[in-house]
Amino acid sequence: MAIPTDTLQQQEVKLSKDEIQRYSRHLIMPEVGMEGQLKLKRARVLTIGTGGLGAPLGLYLAAAGVGHLGLVDFDVVDSSNLQRQVTFTTADVGKPKSEAAKARLSALNPAIDIVSYETRLTSDNALDLFRDYDIIVDGTDNFPTRFLVNDACVLLGKPNVYGSIFRFEGQATVFGYPGGPCYRCLYPEPPPPGLVPSCAEGGVLGVLPGIVGSIQAMETIKLILGAGDPLVGRLLLFDALAMRFRELKLRRNPDCPMCGDHRTITKLIDYEEFCGIRGEEAPAMTDGIPEITATELKARQDRGDKLFILDVREPHEYQICNLNGKLIPLGELPRRVNELDSSVEMVVHCRSGKRSADAIHFLQTAGFKKLWNLKGGVLAWADEVDPRMPKY
Amino acid sequence: MIPTPLRQFTGKQSSIECSAATVGEALGSLTGTFTDLRKHLFTDDGKIRSFVNVYLNDEDIRFLDKENTRTKDGDTISIVPSIAGGSRDDGK
Repeated sequence: MAIPTDTLQQQEVKLSKDEIQRYSRHLIMPEVGMEGQLKLKRARVLTIGTGGLGAPLGLYLAAAGVGHLGLVDFDVVDSSNLQRQVTFTTADVGKPKSEAAKARLSALNPAIDIVSYETRLTSDNALDLFRDYDIIVDGTDNFPTRFLVNDACVLLGKPNVYGSIFRFEGQATVFGYPGGPCYRCLYPEPPPPGLVPSCAEGGVLGVLPGIVGSIQAMETIKLILGAGDPLVGRLLLFDALAMRFRELKLRRNPDCPMCGDHRTITKLIDYEEFCGIRGEEAPAMTDGIPEITATELKARQDRGDKLFILDVREPHEYQICNLNGKLIPLGELPRRVNELDSSVEMVVHCRSGKRSADAIHFLQTAGFKKLWNLKGGVLAWADEVDPRMPKY
Repeated sequence: MIPTPLRQFTGKQSSIECSAATVGEALGSLTGTFTDLRKHLFTDDGKIRSFVNVYLNDEDIRFLDKENTRTKDGDTISIVPSIAGGSRDDGK
């Protein structure tokens, strides 16, 4: 059951007296014992993302004595991360996440070797980064990186401990285990941008990544120890609101382009393009969508111009801050379009301007002509016009 | 069972009961009631989208008889879309 890694067997390592004391609750368990603790010490685990899932992962793997930890993250700590990314403290705001996480984990366990990679994982660096590690743990937050992590793991034959969350639901499984399925067996393709309501429905309950990331930490440790039944061929679903775990069968797809019997993908590809992100970022999307800046809008309002404000965010976002506009969430717009008057000039806004651009695109096809997209949404309004308005 | 991301199209309901002889019939009845859900589950030519998986009890219908998989009283059909969330905010 143990993962087929050379490093776990070959290196000669011992535990110091301090380490024996530190890991004593492991050592007195027959399932771990001295042999298991030495496997942990020899193990090399790379975690992709040090955020919500990466926080419990890093903390538990470091605490457990995993001897070599790699932390990949290009992001910096933001105060909105602290609600769930429990590795970081308020003093870390503004620091690179990989560095702040390394400092925290080193303080927890100075005896282990931690390498931080302050870089975005790309098709160019993934294979080189992964090669030095036995197990890859995927705690990222976007589809391109998930497909990239999967493909790189399959190409190198490394297990990929997967966890994913959305609001109050989580998924976890182990991909890339010998004979087991990969991420593409589960989902051959990513959803096109915009179809999955991630923007309007975003957000996550802070404890949820703590639970899912802990499950990933547990599976990682089990893989290292070769103990128990790994979460292979099973997709664990967790619904925090119902407080219910369910399990679905996950099979290796013989026709899978990545790990199937006739592999058609033999190298890493452009995952941004694969996930349709390039198109989304291209200015073509905003072509034909007239924009108004927050400053211009304020000036026109001050002049007494009659402008109808349509807010396409969700009701809970409206409660945080608003421009006294009419609220119709983007998802309800097609059904409620008859509540709008196409004869009046209308400014559509959301948080940052993306959802409102989608709304304007829809309204244009519905025959509306006097439309403006508030550039940068309420965030820009807070920056340019009203510094008292809270940003989120 | 309706997953979180799609509950906004089902009046916030997390599960819906219906009677149907096959999985395809059950999904048809569901999207007949909640029409906004349709484009999230099916492509324009009526196929289940490849980033949405449908399970009959704990088995993926792609490995059974797909949409024609027969259902019986008390079966649970789950819609499991791909989610990517992890460390950062997706909100825009």
